[in-house]
Amino acid sequence: MNIKYKFSVLILSLVAVTGFAQQTPAPAQSEAITLAGATVHVGNGSVIENAHLIFKDGKIIALGQNEITPQGQIVNVSGQHIYPGIIAPVSSLGLVEIDAVRQSKDDDELGEYGPNIRSLIAYNAESQVVESMRPNGVLMAQITPQGGVFSGTSSIVQLDAWNWEDAAVKADDGVHLHWPNTYRRGRWWMGEDRGWKPNKEYENQVETITDYFDRTKAYIAEKPEVPNQAIEALVGTLDGTKKVYVYADGVREIMDAVSQLKNHGVLQIVLVGGYQSDQIIPFLKRHDIPVLIDRVHSLPQQADDDYDKPFKLPVLLTQGGLTVGLNARGSMERMSTRNLPFYAGHTSGFGLSAEDALKLVTSNTAKILGIDADYGTLEVGKSATLFVSKGDALDMRTNQLSHAFIDGRALSLETHQTELYQRYSEKYGQQTQD
Amino acid sequence: MKKYLFSLITIGIFSSAFAQDYFPKNDQLKENYDGLIAFTNAVIHIDADREIDSGTLLIRSGKIISVGSNVKIPDHALVHDMDGKHIYPSFVDAYTNFGVSIPKSEGGGRRSAQYEPNREGFYWNDHIRAEQQAVDHFKYDEKTAQSMREQGFGVVHSLLKDGIARGSGLIVALSDESSDADRLLETNASQCFSFEKSSQSSQSYPGSLMGAMALLRQMYHDANWYQNNGTQTDQTLDALLANRAKPAFFEAGDNANALRAHSIGAQFNQPYIIVGASDGYEYLNEIAQTKAQFVLPINFPEAYDVTDPYYSAQLSLEDLRRWNQAPINPNKFAEQNIKFSLSTHDLKSPKSFSEHLSKAIEYGLDPKAALRALTTVPAAQLGVSSMVGSLEAGKLANFLISDKPLFSKDSQMQSHWILGKPYNIKLQQQKTSDEYQIAIAGRAARFVVENKDGNLSLKYGEGDSLETGKITQDGQWLKWQVKDKDQNGVLRAMAQINPDNLELSGQIFFQDGASRSFVASPTAFTPGINPNAENDSPGDTNNSSSQGSDLEVMPITYPNMGYGRTQLPTQQTVLFKNATVWTGEKEGILSNTDVLVKNGKIQAIGTGLSDKGARIIDATGKHLTAGIIDEHTHIAALTINEGGQNSSAEVRISDVVNPKDISIYRNLAGGVTSAQILHGSANPIGGQSAIIKLKWGASAQEMLYDNAPKFIKFALGENVKQSNWSSFSRYPQTRMGVEQLYINYFNRARTYLDNKKSGAPYRVDEELEILGEILEGERFISCHSYVQSEINMLMKVAESFDFRVNTFTHILEGYKVADKMAQHGVGGSTFSDWWAYKYEVKDAIPFNAAIMARAGVTTAINSDDDEMARRLNQEAAKTVKYGGMDEEEAWAMVTINPAKLLHLDNRTGSIKKGKDADLVLWNEHPLSVYAHAEKTMIDGAFYFDIDEDQALRQALQKEKNQLIQMMLSDQKSSGSKGRAPRKRDRIKFECETIN
Repeated sequence: MNIKYKFSVLILSLVAVTGFAQQTPAPAQSEAITLAGATVHVGNGSVIENAHLIFKDGKIIALGQNEITPQGQIVNVSGQHIYPGIIAPVSSLGLVEIDAVRQSKDDDELGEYGPNIRSLIAYNAESQVVESMRPNGVLMAQITPQGGVFSGTSSIVQLDAWNWEDAAVKADDGVHLHWPNTYRRGRWWMGEDRGWKPNKEYENQVETITDYFDRTKAYIAEKPEVPNQAIEALVGTLDGTKKVYVYADGVREIMDAVSQLKNHGVLQIVLVGGYQSDQIIPFLKRHDIPVLIDRVHSLPQQADDDYDKPFKLPVLLTQGGLTVGLNARGSMERMSTRNLPFYAGHTSGFGLSAEDALKLVTSNTAKILGIDADYGTLEVGKSATLFVSKGDALDMRTNQLSHAFIDGRALSLETHQTELYQRYSEKYGQQTQD
Repeated sequence: MKKYLFSLITIGIFSSAFAQDYFPKNDQLKENYDGLIAFTNAVIHIDADREIDSGTLLIRSGKIISVGSNVKIPDHALVHDMDGKHIYPSFVDAYTNFGVSIPKSEGGGRRSAQYEPNREGFYWNDHIRAEQQAVDHFKYDEKTAQSMREQGFGVVHSLLKDGIARGSGLIVALSDESSDADRLLETNASQCFSFEKSSQSSQSYPGSLMGAMALLRQMYHDANWYQNNGTQTDQTLDALLANRAKPAFFEAGDNANALRAHSIGAQFNQPYIIVGASDGYEYLNEIAQTKAQFVLPINFPEAYDVTDPYYSAQLSLEDLRRWNQAPINPNKFAEQNIKFSLSTHDLKSPKSFSEHLSKAIEYGLDPKAALRALTTVPAAQLGVSSMVGSLEAGKLANFLISDKPLFSKDSQMQSHWILGKPYNIKLQQQKTSDEYQIAIAGRAARFVVENKDGNLSLKYGEGDSLETGKITQDGQWLKWQVKDKDQNGVLRAMAQINPDNLELSGQIFFQDGASRSFVASPTAFTPGINPNAENDSPGDTNNSSSQGSDLEVMPITYPNMGYGRTQLPTQQTVLFKNATVWTGEKEGILSNTDVLVKNGKIQAIGTGLSDKGARIIDATGKHLTAGIIDEHTHIAALTINEGGQNSSAEVRISDVVNPKDISIYRNLAGGVTSAQILHGSANPIGGQSAIIKLKWGASAQEMLYDNAPKFIKFALGENVKQSNWSSFSRYPQTRMGVEQLYINYFNRARTYLDNKKSGAPYRVDEELEILGEILEGERFISCHSYVQSEINMLMKVAESFDFRVNTFTHILEGYKVADKMAQHGVGGSTFSDWWAYKYEVKDAIPFNAAIMARAGVTTAINSDDDEMARRLNQEAAKTVKYGGMDEEEAWAMVTINPAKLLHLDNRTGSIKKGKDADLVLWNEHPLSVYAHAEKTMIDGAFYFDIDEDQALRQALQKEKNQLIQMMLSDQKSSGSKGRAPRKRDRIKFECETIN
């Protein structure tokens, strides 16, 4: 079943064969485009068969079946599937190019309490890792500083840009807070047992965090002349303009995080990780806390856990009525981020419909990140950030992109990797997919 | 009793049992008299199996003169009437570091690892220290001796617990009242070993358990060569050879390490007495089959503090069970007739020994077996049965006197005699009467001494308004004090109890310094009450004896942890009906097809099959495939890298297979049935692979393939040149050096082989033996590789030595040299889509597998990752996305292709009549992201079943709850807070993991 297809003329015209350079970002949409005949997966659970999807000036202007009159450039994609662009939340894309090359690392600043650290300005829009997202349908990401307690402030970008300003979709959208753990790892290099032991500092560490918010409250009231950068960065969390993404896995930690942050005036809280959150769904519902679940392709955290715990966790939370998104955190997280559609697919196999699974990487994530007015679903008035796949995009077996658009701009699906593929296939006289 | 005790102290002054005749004496007259001492009317336990009801023990000058029921007692002997008390041989501890401390380490603080030894004239590896003598580091330790004696130990074997070969131990009697000249019974008593490196040197090899094992083997080879052909001086091997006949103790650790130690001893005809296996009950058959002797620690784990449910949720079933099951271990050994002694080894303090011993007895250990394990067995293990271990004429006068049979809970040791001298004398509390009234002449006030069930109280005053005072008993003496309100001071008194009539005679000391003596008769006396106030745990006595049968011990499972089963899966005759069968053979994918499994093999494939006895599985709508084979994994191993040298060909992953890795079960749930556990990539020449079937529950040995093809890991690139961490002292540091290193090793291997074949005597070198096998085509290389230059290089080196590389693993730039690979005949086992994690994978592309396969390279997709391993079906499916592989070709990349690369394709990897029944039943198209394994079969037995998995989960939760309840009530009864719960930290191995 050798898949052979041709990119449309539209796409080919954009591909400059430039060896190892990054792909050139696509220019703004110049005329209306109609994607005709595909199955449209709206991203909100509904599906439109044999659909026409029209977008102009970067916005979707029409979506429906025969009642819609195609306009502008008509691209026949019948038999194919259209999806909203997949969004990678809490991601370090573009902050590190090669893990082991220290010179290429910009993801983790010194110091434990740096909410003022801004990821956006270090985001490398020309990263080869970033461009490798696009052929799998991952088109947006929330670029997030790593490490520490307050890691810093994230920004949401689209993944086809000349520079970070160009990439920014929503700058400085949230502060990332790693909640302390009631357990700490044994310092084996100091002769302690390798295992985890109770963290006696837990209460103090929590106190240090809540103190930041208390001081922010006071700071807002006093408006001192000399600014405090860390506290400035937290101001938005108390007036609702910035979300707090709090990373916690255990029941105790999650409950402490939510209630402490609420008590100290944080208005919008997103839970990241949430490994044991299935045990306290009513609590999370009561507080209206959405969850960005860590990589589905992870090992269970403890030996006795169900082998499929990470696979089914999104299912359990979704069925419990929570708003759930998936992230790709973990080792090799940047290059693995392109697997986000497959994480959704895998979790679907454990009890979610394919359309519900799709939400985990599109509309739910957009809602959680606060960009759902423009992104996350394919609806009239929203951005034309979408891709076309020859088959089910959540299954690696059938995820074969023919087109992708960000704000209506037709993207190149070529990468450093596809170029090498073509070069060496030609060397051996092998046929490639195109 | 009391009477003789006083006289004994007098005897002590005269005796100096073993003072050497030739030592001059200048501070007093040189004279000496040791009298005979007789202990009569005693129950004498000659050893655990011989008892004299009412006998006499006669000792003199630290030795037993005679023992028996008709011993003639000379008139001049001091006689102690034991009045039915028990005399036992005192205990022997076969493994301690009593009085021996480890010398400070030399050197350290270097920029890079140390590869060379510190010493000259000794073995090439600093961790082999057979020349060490415990006695050189020995300083008699009175404090520890005291606590050891309290626990019943009179003689211990002590060694320098440092190094892999630790040298020779000493045997010492715990006799404070003599000098080393008397108490050192042996100074060169043993040879001792372990898997732990010496803290006296930073030499990096061996850096792993398998390295330690290889080093021990090489040590014996080298000693054999040295004995006959050695020309230089090696003080270490000299000592090793000199002590080969001595008892050899191997401090192994857990049950698996015990088996490891035994395997080395068995190979070199050096039976080890194995110290460890306190979890031996888990693999009791394997342990028993060794026929080895053991020194068992009894450091039973303390209960965890489980009062906080969030904390206690961190505990694994394995940890909880260990607490519950560990106390059965000594009894399990006894039941299997495994010879073992019991030791204080591994206890935090010897003081808790008796407590743990009682627990072992409570959990079934026969007190006789316990006594053997403390006397005759350790004496025999140490080769000192002629001196200690039993009470027989000519042996040392080391014995315990106890009021009741030992190991009964209320029995009390009354004294402990070592080299004929008494220690740890317990004053027996004299019975008192129930009440005394003591009037003081000329005063209205009186003292009232009351004894209620052994609790003494004192009151003082007039009439009914009595003040409470403090009273304590010490043997025959009472001592009290009380406030005297009238006089505004404190009254004190001492009184002796007359054992014959329980009368008190004493003195009262007034606050003004005056004193008055008194005699008081009991005002009430009820015979028969046991007023023993110093009984340690009188309350427990009744409880424990009746509790014995109520102790609930959880069943042992295989493996003994969560998701273990009480029975191993067995081979079944199974008929899969109506499946979509992915044969992996030229027949392709067959729909609506039956597969019959019998005797662990695939018996038939077809339609309408039937078999009378078969279990029928309706596979309609499901897919049946061969089990997934992971060419490159690091699950199920305790250690992965031996990076202590640039070649470690001598180490074997098969030495360190860990059958208790939960990843085995999780891999089964992902449809994996076979895997090659590869050595890591810390050095250009790594170690030998283990190829296993994932038989969850079986022992390490049972998981290994029979007659497995032989493999070794090689590695290229950044890891072997140590680019990504600070190490600058090991050759090679560049890819150029890697090539030269290979050439050097293969040249040496060729010379070695030539020499070996010539018939000349040769030194067996495990490393060169293995490299020789490569040259001879008997062992295959699976080589970690990334960039095209190095891939090409290794093929050229191999060709120049006239062999072929079998597999390049990782091989992420294989697509750049796929034509050369095809020509060389090497296979490629790669990741589907990993890249950018280090510089050498910046050109890694997910199309690699497709390009290699199309170029004619046998291509597999592997995991090198515990997590990815459980969804290799999806990784194979990525080759459909990236490179457009045909689905059958894609599936082959995780089944028959890795089977070919492992030379196992005649046994597994496809569904073909006669092949091993290693099968997976999938709910869906196996390459689909929505698919999961429902049943995973190995050799015709189901090792994973999705329905059984649900049952195992429930059983696990239930048992955890039960154990937590048991811990809660244990804490309530014992009053101890328990240990803080801990969460296990499983090391996730990848190629680069160094631990």
